[in-house]
Amino acid sequence: MRFLTVSGPPSSGKTSVILRVIEALQARRHKIGVVKFDCLLTDDDALYAKKGVLVKKGLSGALCPDHYFVSNIEGCVTWGKENDCDYLISESAGLCNRCSPHINDITAVCVIDNLSGVNTPRKIGPMLKSADIVVITKGDIVSQAEREVFASRVKQVNPGAVIMNINGITGQGAFELTSLFESASDIDTLKGKTLRFSMPAALCSYCLGETRIGEEYQTGNVRKMDMEDNK
Amino acid sequence: MRHETLYQQPLTATLAEHPYIEDFLSSFGLTVTVSNNSLEHYLDQLNPDLLEDLGLSREQLNRSLDDFLNGMLALRKPLDKIESLTIIGGRNKSGEEEHVELTLQPGEVTCIVGPTGSGKSRLLADIEWVAQGDTPTGRRILINDQVPDSQWRFSTEHKLVAQLSQNMNFVMDLTAEEFIQMHAESRLVTNPQEKVAHILEQANLLAGEQFRPDTPVTALSGGQSRALMIADMAFLSKSPIALIDEIENAGIDRKKALNLLIREEKIVLMATHDPILALMGDRRLVIKNGGIAKVIEANETERRNLQRLEEMDNQLLALRNRIRSGETLEQL
Ligand SMILES: Nc1nc2c(ncn2[C@@H]2O[C@H](COP(=O)(O)OP(=O)(O)OP(=O)(O)O)[C@@H](O)[C@H]2O)c(=O)[nH]1
Ligand SMILES: Nc1ncnc2c1ncn2[C@@H]1O[C@H](COP(=O)(O)OP(=O)(O)OP(=O)(O)O)[C@@H](O)[C@H]1O
Ligand SMILES: [Mg+2]
Ligand SMILES: [Mg+2]
Ligand SMILES: [Zn+2]
Ligand SMILES: [Zn+2]
Repeated sequence: MRFLTVSGPPSSGKTSVILRVIEALQARRHKIGVVKFDCLLTDDDALYAKKGVLVKKGLSGALCPDHYFVSNIEGCVTWGKENDCDYLISESAGLCNRCSPHINDITAVCVIDNLSGVNTPRKIGPMLKSADIVVITKGDIVSQAEREVFASRVKQVNPGAVIMNINGITGQGAFELTSLFESASDIDTLKGKTLRFSMPAALCSYCLGETRIGEEYQTGNVRKMDMEDNK
Repeated sequence: MRHETLYQQPLTATLAEHPYIEDFLSSFGLTVTVSNNSLEHYLDQLNPDLLEDLGLSREQLNRSLDDFLNGMLALRKPLDKIESLTIIGGRNKSGEEEHVELTLQPGEVTCIVGPTGSGKSRLLADIEWVAQGDTPTGRRILINDQVPDSQWRFSTEHKLVAQLSQNMNFVMDLTAEEFIQMHAESRLVTNPQEKVAHILEQANLLAGEQFRPDTPVTALSGGQSRALMIADMAFLSKSPIALIDEIENAGIDRKKALNLLIREEKIVLMATHDPILALMGDRRLVIKNGGIAKVIEANETERRNLQRLEEMDNQLLALRNRIRSGETLEQL
C-alpha cells in the first residue's frame, strides 16, 4: 500500500488537491483510503465519502492534532491495509506551525496557497521545510510572476523539494501530481518508523488543565519572555 | 555535491560571493554574525536548543543549504540550446486519433485558436509538462527531436517554459519595484538594480497610464499590471519557450507587447482570437473537441490584409481615445 502524509495550513486547499488526485487515481482503478485529522470539526470526510473512497476521521479535541496524529497513525495504516487500499492518504491541518506529521521514509506533501503572503513560507516549520513535495494552490487568483516569486520563497526554505502549482478547483496540474503519488513509499506497517522532526515538548501546568493565571500556578516546562528592552 | 571551499573559507568571502546565503539563513530564523571564521564553523557553533526551537535539525539545515547552493549555482550555468519543439498528436476528447506531427523552431510564433473549452490551455499544459503520453490527450512532446530528460518537469532554475497567463492580479504587499526586485533576485540576474529599472521603464512604455516604482502592485490597473508582466517576462525570463494566454483584452499596445516578447529567439505559442495578433503569427493551430483539427500556415494573401486590419484598428483606437477624453461620436 502506498502511503502519503498531506499537511498544510488551514484552508490552504489540501482537501481540494487530494480530491483531484483521487479522481485521477480512480481513473486508473486504484482503491483509496483517506484519514482526516482535525481539531474541533471537519466536513472533509463527507466530501471524500462522496467520491466513494474509504474515510476515517479523527478529531483531537483538547490535544494538539499532530500529537494526536502520531498516536493514531499506525492504527490507520493497519486499517488501510486490512481494507486492501492501494493508496492511503492522511490529511492533517497544521495548526501550530511547529508540529509536523511527516515521517521518515514516507512521502510527505505540504499544501500551501499563493494568497498566504510572501513571508509565510518562512514562518512554517518542519511541516513545510521537511516535505518532499510542496503543492502551491490558488495560482488562478494571482499573476504568473507572483506565482514564481512565491514559489521561489518556498524553494528558499525547502530547496530539495519538488514544488508544483496545482489548481484545487479545476484540477490543473493534478494529473502531474498524481504521477508523483504513483511513486510514493510502499509500506505494510509503520512499525520502526520515526517522525522527521520531534514535536514540541509541552507539559506545563496549563497542559494539565490549569486555567488560573499567575506565577504561583506555573509548574513544569515553563519558559519566560525577555521583557528587557533590546539594546 | 558539496562545495567545500564555500564552507571552509572565511565567512566574509563566502557571503561576498554568495550574498543570498544570508537571506537563506534568515529564512530559517538564523542571524549571521560576519567574521573570519568559516561557514562550517558558524554552523557547528549553532546552539542545538535554538535549532530545536526553530523546528530545525543540523542534518536538515545542512541538506537544505547544499540543495540551495546547488540550485543557485545551476542558475549560473547557461541553458542548453533548444533547436526545435515537436508536438506528436494523441487523441481528442472522443478518443479519435489526432493526426499531427508538428515541429516548431525558435523565432516562430504559433497561434492557438478554438472555442472556449476546446482544449487550448490543455495543449499549453502538455507542452509545459513535456507530456509523454501521460496526460488525458496522450500527446508527446520532443525537444531537439528527443525525449528530454525529465529534469525539465520539476526544475525551477532552468524552466523550459515561461507562461504569461490571463490572470494579472496581485495579492502581495509589495511595491512594483520591490516585486520585480524580488523576482529578479530569485532568477539570480546580474545587475538586478539596472534590470529592475529597465523593466519598469519598458512597462511604462506599454501601459496607457504611467505608474511609479513605489506604486503597490495591488494598486496597479489591469493594463498596468499586464504591461508590467509582459516587460517582466521579456527581460527576466531565460526560458526558450514562451506560452501566452490571450494578451488582447487590456489597455496596452499589443503589437509592441508581442514584439518585446518575440524579440529574443524564443519559440512562442499564443492562444489568441485577435485578428492582428493571429496574422502576425507564422501559423495557427485550430483546436476542436480537445484535438488539433487543422494547421493553417500563414500566407501572403492573409498577410497583405494585415495592413488593412491595422488601419481599422487604429481607427477604432482613435474613436476609443475620443470617448476617453469626453468627446462625442456624432461625426465619425
Ligand atoms: N481559487 C481557488 N480556490 C481554491 C483552490 N484550491 C482550493 N480552493 C478553495 O479554498 C477553500 C479551502 O479549500 P480546502 O480544500 O477545503 O482546504 P483544506 O486545506 O482542506 O482546509 P481544511 O481541511 O479545513 O484545513 C475552498 O473554498 C476551495 O474551493 C485553488 O486552486 N484556487
Ligand atoms: N484531448 C483531450 N482529451 C481529454 N480531455 C481533454 C482533451 N483536451 C482537453 N481536455 C479537457 O477539456 C477541458 C477544457 O480544456 P481547456 O481548459 O484546455 O480549454 P480552453 O480551450 O483553454 O478553454 P478557454 O477558452 O475557456 O480557456 C479540460 O478539462 C481539459 O483537460
Ligand atoms: Mg480539508
Ligand atoms: Mg484556457
Ligand atoms: Zn503542536
Ligand atoms: Zn503546556
